Amino acid sequence: MSLGLIFMYSALALVVVVSGIGLITSRNAIYAALFLVLNFVTVALLYIALGAPFIALAQVTVYAGSIMVLFLFVIMLLGAEQLPIAEPLRGQRVLGILLAVAFLAEMVLFVLLRGAPTVAGQAVSPDFSTPTTIGMLLFERYLLPFEMTAGVLLAATVGAIFMTRQPRPDRKGALPAIPEESKE
Amino acid sequence: MPMSYFIGLSVVMFALGILGVLMRRNPLVVFMSLELMFNSANLLFVAFSAYHQVLDGQLFVFFVMTTAAAEVAVGLALIVAVFKAKRTIDLDQMSSLKG
Repeated sequence: MSLGLIFMYSALALVVVVSGIGLITSRNAIYAALFLVLNFVTVALLYIALGAPFIALAQVTVYAGSIMVLFLFVIMLLGAEQLPIAEPLRGQRVLGILLAVAFLAEMVLFVLLRGAPTVAGQAVSPDFSTPTTIGMLLFERYLLPFEMTAGVLLAATVGAIFMTRQPRPDRKGALPAIPEESKE
Repeated sequence: MPMSYFIGLSVVMFALGILGVLMRRNPLVVFMSLELMFNSANLLFVAFSAYHQVLDGQLFVFFVMTTAAAEVAVGLALIVAVFKAKRTIDLDQMSSLKG
């Protein structure tokens, strides 16, 4: 493998890991969202390197585009970018780090003992995963899951609208009864 | 690139996501950490799809993405509803089912 390729892959891995660390350590939720966008775009580059251009573009448009816009919109709507930094439950941070380290050790042990494939697969051919082949597969073998996905998205849309709608005043102009503590 | 590169990267991303879920109290950041974990699983799907020359892994990533979009819409609507009722979104304050 050429030196330039190794350099490129190390740089991509470095960006992925550092943006992940930035996501979980930044105080401001806006910065966390922007770190996550950087992470998504870098992973999309890895998808392109793996020969999956359709998934890479879907990642950029769906994840880095619409989902993160939704996140940023809610952050700004709630004004929640700066929560008061209070000490979490006693020992929660230590416990969290311990559990994450235990998970890492588990995974490393699993890969070492089970012997995951360490060699590179053969290079994918250019017409392995064109949007055409993916579309054919999606509308033939995976037609039923595709339709189910449409149902799931519709249900999520209706649910989101239902949960965030304003209580409408009824015909006499009186507000419907709301619980006492939510009136502020 | 050898498969161990993608496996290692995916494991590190998943561990970072676990750390974020366990340590942060802002539910929005917890959601973003969940997305990070989805992303690490997706990376592994695509990597093994290229390794075994089977296209189905990429289809699974497509379905994970759409499901994640639905989940984010419902989750953010829930957070907005909780914020309207309690005027805070601190996770430690969300301790009762009744608003």
